Amino acid sequence: MKKLLLATTATALLAGAASAEDIKLGIILGFTGPIESLTPSMAAGAELAIQEVNDSGKLFDGSTVSAVQADSTCVDSAAATAAAERLITSDGIKGIMGADCSGVTGAILANAAVPNGIVMISPSATSPALSTAEDNGLFFRTAPSDARQGQIMADVLMEEGIETVALTYTNNDYGKGLADSFQQAYEEAGGTITISAAHEDGKADYSAEVASLASAGGDRLVVAGYVDQGGSGIVRAALDSGAFDSFHFPDGMIGTKLEENFGEEIDGSTGQHPGTDSEGASMFGELVGDKFDATSPFTPESYDAAALILLAMQAAGSSDPAAYKEKVMEVANEPGEKIYPGELDKALELIANGTDIDYVGATAVELIGPGESAGSYRQVVFDGGKLTTVKYR
Amino acid sequence: MDLMNAIVALTNFVLIPGIAYGSQLAIGALGVTMVYGILRFSNFAHGDTMAFGTMITILATWGLQAAGITAGPLPTALLALPIGIAATAILVLTTDRLVYRFYREVRAKPVILVIVSIGVMFVMNGIVRFVIGPDDQNFADGERFLVTAREFKAWSGLEEGLAIKSTQVLTVVTAVIVVALLFWFLNRTRTGKSMRAYSDNEDLALLSGINPERVVLVTWLIVAALATVAGVLYGLDKSFKPFTYFQLLLPIFAAAIVGGLGSPLGAIAGGFVIAFSEVFVTYAWKKVLAYSLPEPLEPSGLVQLLSTDYKFAVSFIILLVVLLFRPTGLFRGKSV
Repeated sequence: MKKLLLATTATALLAGAASAEDIKLGIILGFTGPIESLTPSMAAGAELAIQEVNDSGKLFDGSTVSAVQADSTCVDSAAATAAAERLITSDGIKGIMGADCSGVTGAILANAAVPNGIVMISPSATSPALSTAEDNGLFFRTAPSDARQGQIMADVLMEEGIETVALTYTNNDYGKGLADSFQQAYEEAGGTITISAAHEDGKADYSAEVASLASAGGDRLVVAGYVDQGGSGIVRAALDSGAFDSFHFPDGMIGTKLEENFGEEIDGSTGQHPGTDSEGASMFGELVGDKFDATSPFTPESYDAAALILLAMQAAGSSDPAAYKEKVMEVANEPGEKIYPGELDKALELIANGTDIDYVGATAVELIGPGESAGSYRQVVFDGGKLTTVKYR
Repeated sequence: MDLMNAIVALTNFVLIPGIAYGSQLAIGALGVTMVYGILRFSNFAHGDTMAFGTMITILATWGLQAAGITAGPLPTALLALPIGIAATAILVLTTDRLVYRFYREVRAKPVILVIVSIGVMFVMNGIVRFVIGPDDQNFADGERFLVTAREFKAWSGLEEGLAIKSTQVLTVVTAVIVVALLFWFLNRTRTGKSMRAYSDNEDLALLSGINPERVVLVTWLIVAALATVAGVLYGLDKSFKPFTYFQLLLPIFAAAIVGGLGSPLGAIAGGFVIAFSEVFVTYAWKKVLAYSLPEPLEPSGLVQLLSTDYKFAVSFIILLVVLLFRPTGLFRGKSV
C-alpha cells in the first residue's frame, strides 16, 4: 500500500513537472573577444525565436521558454567550458544555442554537452573537423562546414580570373580548417597559392607578416581571419605598405566593421559568407524590422538554431534532450509543410496536430550528413566602400 | 631597373619598419639601462610603465580632440605627451617612495628588487586594464603618410611601392632628439655627472657629497619620460594594447642586455640589433632575390629562415648567445 502510494505520488509529481514547464535555453556566444561585434545581433536573433514561441503559447503543455546567456569568449576553451557547465548544472538548461567559434564549440561539445547529454545547435561553428566530432547525435549546426566554403571561395576567385593568391589565416581551428579546405579546392581548380601563412590574433603590428605575404606575391590576398582582430590588422598593414590592394574575405571578415575600417580603400575586393536569397531571408528581415541588424552574419542562422531546438522539443513533446535530439533532423528536413520565419506559431500547431513540417527558416535550412547545413552563400564585392551582393550560390 | 625594385622592396618591408621598431626599442632599452645602471636592479615593470604613460597620453589626447585642439598634420598625442610624462613621473616616484626606497635603505640584494619590480608590474598592469580596458585603442590622427605606396609607384614608374608613414618618421626624429638630450644631460650637466659617478661607485660618490635621494629622483624622472615617449611612439606607429606592452618587455631587455646593461650607447645599439635581427630572420627574401638575381638563379621557395610566429624566439636566441659568450654585452656594460 505504502509502495503504491509512493508510486502514485511520484507519477503525479512527474506529470506535474511535465506540464507547463519553464524551459531554459542556453545562448552561449562570444560576447567578448574576436567576434564581439557580431554576437549581440546573433543573440537577438535567437531570442526573437524564443519570444515568438512564448507569444504563441502553443509549446507542449503550455510551457514557456527563457533564455540564459553566457560568454564563450570565442577563443578561451576553458572559460567557455566553464560557462557551459555552469548553465547546465546550476541553471538547468535543456539545450544550447551556440557556441560560435569552432574551437570553443568543440570544447563545449566534448567537455560539457556530451557528458551531460545536452543538445547543441551552433549557428556559426564552421570547422570541417566538427563534422566528425564524437557527439552522440547531440550536435547540429545551421552553418555549413568550411569544407564547402573553401570550395565556394575557389569558385568565386576562379570566376574572377584570379589564379594566384597569397593566403593568411588566423591560427586556430577555424582559420586552419578553412585555409586547408580552400587550398585543396583552389589547387584542384588549377590555382596557385604562393604562401599559406598563419597569423596570431591580438598583436599590435602585422608588418612582418605582411612583408612575407608581399614577398610571395599574388593577385589577391585571402584573409581567413577575424574582422575585430588580426584580420583587420593584416589588411591595414597590407594597404599601408602597398603590398596588396584587393582582398578576398571569407565569413569571419565580413561585417559592417570592415566597411567602417577600410571603406573605399578596398574597392574591388570580394568575399562570401553563409547567406541565402530564399524567401525566408527577406521574411526574416521584415520580421526583425529595425530592432537589430537582420543581415549581420550568422544572425539568421541563430534564429534558425533556436527555432529548431524549440520545434524539435514540440515534436518530441518533451524538453528532454535525449528525446528531442532525434527530432531535430525530422523538423528541419522534408517532407512536410514549409515553415518560414514568423511562422513558428503555425509550426507548433501543425506539429501538435501530428502534421510533418519542413523548417525552411531564414537560411533555407537543410541538414545533411551528421546534422549540418548544406549551405548557401552570399557572394559580395566592395563597391564604393559598401558591401554589395553579387549573387547567391 | 630590377635592382631598383629590389632596393625599394627591401626598404619598404625591412629597412623602414626595422628602423622605426629599432628606435622604439632603443628608447625603451635606455629606460631599463638607466634603472639598472643607477638604481642597480632589472626593472620588470618597465613595459607596464610604458603602458601607463601611453594610457594617460591617450586619455589626454581624447580630451584635446574633444576640445577641438589638434596639432594639424602631426598627431595630437604629441601635445598630450607632457601630461603623460608628468603623470608617469608621479606614478614612478610614488612607487619608489612606497616600495623601492625601503629595499634600497636595507640594501636588499638586486634579485629581491627584481622580484619586487615584478610585483609592481602586476599592479601597474592591473591599473592600466582597469582604467582603459584590455582592448586595442587607436589614437593616431593627423596625416598618416608622408609617401604612399600608390604615389610612389606613379612617381617612379617602378613595380614596387614605397610607403613612409608619418609616425615612422616621427619615431626616428623623436628618438634622435631624446637620445641627444639624454647624452648632453649625462655628459655635460652637473647632475648628469653626479649620476654617472653614483653609478660607477656608490660609496665614493656618497663620500664626495652627492645627495643620493636627488640622484634617484632625477633618474626616475628621466625613466618616466623615456618610458612614456617610447610607449607613445610605439602606440602611434602600431596600436595601443596593454598586453602587447607587457610582451615588449622581452625585446627591450634583450636590447639592453645585448648592448650591455648600464650603457646608454649599448642600449641604442642593442635596440637596432634586436629589431633588425627580428625582421631579417623572419622576412621572406623571395621577391628581393628574384629582382636582384639573374633568372636561372631565382628561388622558387620563399627563402624565409623562420616563420613570423617565431619573432620573439629571435630575441631569445640573441639574448642567450650574448649571455653565453659576452655577458657584459657589446659595449662592456655591467655583467648580469
